[in-house]
Amino acid sequence: MSAAAPGTTFIILMLPFLAALFAPWLTRRLGHNAAWVLALAPVAIFIHFLGFSAEVADGAIVTGGFAWVPSYNVSFSWLIDGLSLTFVLLISGIGALIVLYSGGYLKGHANLGRFFSFILLFMGAMLGVVISDSFLMLFIYWELTSITSFLLIGFDHTREASRRAAIQALVVTGAGGLALLAGLIVIWNITGITQLSLLLSFGDELRASPFYLLALILVLGGAFSKSAQFPLHFWLPNAMEAPTPVSAYLHSATMVKAGVYLLMRLNPVLGETVWWETILPVFGGATLIVGTLLAIRQTDLKLMLAYTTVSSLGLLVMLTGFGSEHAIAAAVLYLVAHSLFKGALFMVAGLIDHEAGTRDVTKLGGLRGAMPITFAAAMAAAISMAGLPPFVGFLAKEEIYYALWATDPWSLIFTLVAVVGNGLMFVIGFAVAIKPFLGPKVETPKAAHEGPVLLWLGPLTLSVVALVAAIVSPLTHRFVSSPMASAVAGETETVTISLIPHLGAALALSLITVAFGVLVYRYLDSARAGMAKTLAAIGWGPDRGFDQFVSGIVRLSVAVTRAIQPGRLDIYMTATFLMIALALFVPMAWYGEWPSMPVWPADAQFHELAVFVIALVGLAAVINARDRLTAIVSLGVQGFAVALLFMLFGAPDLSFTQFMVETLAVVILALVMTRLKLTASDHRSTRDKMVDGSLSLACGTGFGLYLLAVTQQPFDPFISDFFAQYSKIVAHGTNVVNVILVDFRGTDTLGEIAVVMVTGLAVLSLIRIRTGFDGRAVADNDPEQREEAR
Amino acid sequence: MRTVIFRSIAPYLTSLMLLFSIFVLLRGHNEPGGGFIGGLIAASALAIYGIACGVAPVRRAIHYHPMAISAFGLFIGALAGVLSVFSGVPFMTGLWIYPKLFGVELALSSVLVFDIGVYLVVVGAISSIALALEERDRD
Repeated sequence: MSAAAPGTTFIILMLPFLAALFAPWLTRRLGHNAAWVLALAPVAIFIHFLGFSAEVADGAIVTGGFAWVPSYNVSFSWLIDGLSLTFVLLISGIGALIVLYSGGYLKGHANLGRFFSFILLFMGAMLGVVISDSFLMLFIYWELTSITSFLLIGFDHTREASRRAAIQALVVTGAGGLALLAGLIVIWNITGITQLSLLLSFGDELRASPFYLLALILVLGGAFSKSAQFPLHFWLPNAMEAPTPVSAYLHSATMVKAGVYLLMRLNPVLGETVWWETILPVFGGATLIVGTLLAIRQTDLKLMLAYTTVSSLGLLVMLTGFGSEHAIAAAVLYLVAHSLFKGALFMVAGLIDHEAGTRDVTKLGGLRGAMPITFAAAMAAAISMAGLPPFVGFLAKEEIYYALWATDPWSLIFTLVAVVGNGLMFVIGFAVAIKPFLGPKVETPKAAHEGPVLLWLGPLTLSVVALVAAIVSPLTHRFVSSPMASAVAGETETVTISLIPHLGAALALSLITVAFGVLVYRYLDSARAGMAKTLAAIGWGPDRGFDQFVSGIVRLSVAVTRAIQPGRLDIYMTATFLMIALALFVPMAWYGEWPSMPVWPADAQFHELAVFVIALVGLAAVINARDRLTAIVSLGVQGFAVALLFMLFGAPDLSFTQFMVETLAVVILALVMTRLKLTASDHRSTRDKMVDGSLSLACGTGFGLYLLAVTQQPFDPFISDFFAQYSKIVAHGTNVVNVILVDFRGTDTLGEIAVVMVTGLAVLSLIRIRTGFDGRAVADNDPEQREEAR
Repeated sequence: MRTVIFRSIAPYLTSLMLLFSIFVLLRGHNEPGGGFIGGLIAASALAIYGIACGVAPVRRAIHYHPMAISAFGLFIGALAGVLSVFSGVPFMTGLWIYPKLFGVELALSSVLVFDIGVYLVVVGAISSIALALEERDRD
């Protein structure tokens, strides 16, 4: 099985996308029971990758793939080691349960098929993130998770809160993704490597590079925004607008861990520097504390869990930043434990909401009798979250204290941070698992009873896995923790922690945590009121800041648009001709290529001079014309004179065309004039006349000088000789101009006639807009005016 | 503008100009002329007719919407280019055939088809602008 052909792995990776394609159709056929069929996709993925586990446990790194864009050295390649395998198993395993849960949760929803489609798309994207070997593939999948997350948060798109949350998440994580891309490009430039698997041996080179800090900051920008680190954490609680299966899957178990994944993946090459070991613990620790404090404030089950997710992510970043052997083992264990218990708790919260009709913890109570299975699953998950035996969360918490405990001040601070954070998470875990179920029965909007199997299967399975994984800890460590920790550390590591209590500092810290947790739990209501008061006193938060930022951008763009689009044609024309004059004069001045004064031709014939005089007379007539129509016709006289000059100097085709263009221009301009209902004559102030006159003089002189400069260059007859020679032989035509137009340069002409047609269409629609809507402005981009119109 | 004399002459003038435009189009390969100039002549012919007799008669006379004529021109222009691909030579390579019609050898080519396309695009686009502008009392 482990020797599976690369083709199979590729098909398996594409499986979620295929399933997403068929999901709407299947859902139309089978209703919510389509979940059973669609869950087969993640199950197949799970089984396929389980086949790699023995190999990976022995320290192997499986890579594969094929060239994607060979000219840019971009490949579609994957990397399977302990880290990515654990993630893949979590994504596909929890994914299968989530698909089933969604079937129960959104049963009868009109857009259930679309929902399945989105969630499977996300699954495919997330698998791609954790399995990508090539940088570009990682980035593409990374952004794809942001986009699918946007679709899922905004699933209930008729509510404004959903739409706002969706856009907020997309802006924050999408911008982070761009930072990541920049960071990866910097790394690529430093090392010349575009594959993660090859990067591992370039750690020293990278750390020594002067651009190390730049690469680090950019990569952290991507990781911190995705993993909701303070102060970019605000999008995650808002993302709870999504249906609960999404919150359980994307915003606790998988997607938000993509940032942590990235940090773990790059730990061997970017880690072990002062910057890494300062920035990560500080931001992670701050996120841990801020997250738990904000969680205390909440009464909505989902929001409580969301803020503890923020703090758990902070804890993971903090541990990854510590980088010691125990810290990595702790991060690995906590990551797995968190995915299991948080996924389960979210599903429980959704279940309560679904059955009781509310998820406000103050309006719930006494559901234990009605929902025994849910209660069991919730309790198991909460015990794991609180870090109590016999669940895998206990192993994680013990390992955390092993990693952090030391007597230097730096370690003491972070130990304290961890104790406070863990204690508060203990509180929230039990608040979610106990408050709704125990105590006196509270009247809920719906008569609560146990949900269908689709709903409780997920949380129950995750809780059982968390229990079994802890009991058979040697197996867990052999196949999951140790290979993953080795991949994160970049060297072989063995995790040994087990459920048997070991006396020491870690156990003491655990006891302190529990005592602190129990204490806060007893006074939860007053703690919540205190937090609410504090937050109200602060008033401002990053969430508000985001709105201010967005409205600031809108205001700025309105101001810029106002400045550069005043909407007055004369200003546009002045700007255009000014640019033309500059484009003509600046290069000649810059390179000093002024033409020499032309000599007066001695052999000028009388009729040639006469035509020249006609042109000048036409020009004078234009300038002195009383009304517009005369000016237009005089311009035509001037144009005809130029056409005559073409004729005299041997360019019949050009002259022919010039005649026709002049004629039509006069006709169309005259028609436009009659249509615009302008005053017959043109009244401009002297100042306007001076500006316009000097501009046209500048443009005219510029063109004249330019043409002189061009004709004074030595003439290279290569091209004209070529066309003259081959026009008859190759293209069977003696009119070289026409042969060039329709044969030698036929493709150019095709493009040009397409432009002619599109221009015609555009002009036509402009004319129609004026006649069809009584002169009312149709294309108006002034936002304020539009608001008024509404 | 709509004097009796002008109105009486305009149809004949227009017909002559249209005839001439086709003549210019066809002779373009060897003498001054071609699709672009021919198209401009035809467009001005239609504009004259429009100024003299009003837009509605012009629209009736050309039957199709001028923009449709323009689009058809672009279509056969592109088709003329694609023809050569089917013959195994690069896009836009000229193809020639010499059928004998009533004992006269005719030189027909994809290039001619392309030039007709150019002609139609120009006629259609320019006259649709001109006609729309002339249509003052619409609706």
